[in-house]
Amino acid sequence: MKYLFALLFGLLTGAAIFCLGLAFNPFVSKPGLSPLSVSSAETILLSYPSYASESIAYSNGGESHAKPFPKKILELWEAPIRQTTARALVLHDARGQAAGFGIKISSLSERTRPLQGAALVDSVWYVNLPGRGALFIEQSENYWDYLRSVVFPAYRSSADTWKGTWLGTLTTGPGALGTARVFGSSGEFAGQEMLAIETMSVKTWRADGGPVAAQGQLLIELPPVAAEASDDSSVSDAKSVAN
Amino acid sequence: MFKTFLVGILLGLVAAAGVLYAIPLVNQQREVSHIFVAPNGENRESFRINIPDDRIMVGAAQGVSTLPVDLQWPVADVLAGVSAQMYKLRNEREVVIGVAARTVAIEQGKETIDWVLHLPARGSLFASMNLVAEEDGQRFGGVRAGTREFALTRGNITEGWVADDSGAEDAPDGRIELLAAYQSIAEQAE
Repeated sequence: MKYLFALLFGLLTGAAIFCLGLAFNPFVSKPGLSPLSVSSAETILLSYPSYASESIAYSNGGESHAKPFPKKILELWEAPIRQTTARALVLHDARGQAAGFGIKISSLSERTRPLQGAALVDSVWYVNLPGRGALFIEQSENYWDYLRSVVFPAYRSSADTWKGTWLGTLTTGPGALGTARVFGSSGEFAGQEMLAIETMSVKTWRADGGPVAAQGQLLIELPPVAAEASDDSSVSDAKSVAN
Repeated sequence: MFKTFLVGILLGLVAAAGVLYAIPLVNQQREVSHIFVAPNGENRESFRINIPDDRIMVGAAQGVSTLPVDLQWPVADVLAGVSAQMYKLRNEREVVIGVAARTVAIEQGKETIDWVLHLPARGSLFASMNLVAEEDGQRFGGVRAGTREFALTRGNITEGWVADDSGAEDAPDGRIELLAAYQSIAEQAE
């Protein structure tokens, strides 16, 4: 009997060691510098608060740490959309002025592979910059480093809170260089294909509400034609963005 | 006994790795797709949105009622001409299969109407609609982009309103019907 207990205890210990090894796996590195950060092309930088209560509307399956907002919004409780999040937000330019409107719809990806450090989310953005045009963005995001550096430490903390500074690139594809694909729909972007990345910075994360002090950013690389046509000051040089 | 414990640890490591490798962590529920293939090779699929049951959000500048009632549409000049709606999206058999967003905005003096249809298990479709609706109220538009299952497809989408005439007590007011006709770019080129 004691051998059976020893075996069971060993099994549990082995599984726990494996999980710890997975969480602190040194072979899964933090994503490097995005190619858009060193691009010489002109870019649009759009930022938004990354927490539900600062969105215009935020809905999910209702079981996540981030609660739907406003309170009376319809939840996405049906099985095919339970792992989906939909949000509408105001997008701000580099000066902090409202520049447009965005809708982001994202779903957990079936390509998620913890063994490879891939906690993937498939997401699409609809971005409308009134007076300039509309864009559709397709991307895969990897939240592995975010989970490892922010979420797990928050759950380990006795206050269920993480405080610090985390900045990471979420976009990992579908572009070959880990960039998102952008399709221009109207205005000065009509018919253009572009690249983009989404980054997020977090300062506070709570287990009972998700990110509390966090900001997301969309960096869109303009094609030469659209860049020449644009004289808007929200368009900033990529180098200044990288700084 | 210590040797048994060590064997247990090894087995635990292997078992945990095996479980994570073999069992997918994320498994999106799939519903049967009801796709009709037209003689020209186009895939035709009908989506619907029951009004008011499937409305997640309706937002617009002042003067238009918002949904949910506690939604605060931001007061910003740049959003004065923008309105947005988000809905649950159903298939032909009334099963919720995704989320859809419809936006209306004024671009360089012209109104634009765009749809994003997101089906978690399949991918997304993005369509821009014509400004002028047909006499029968239908509005046509083109599929501008798609992701995953729809990545290499182009086609068109027709948007229409079908009022409910069932007379049932709990029936919706009606439904928005979206008929998507799409084809792979390779097939279109042939």
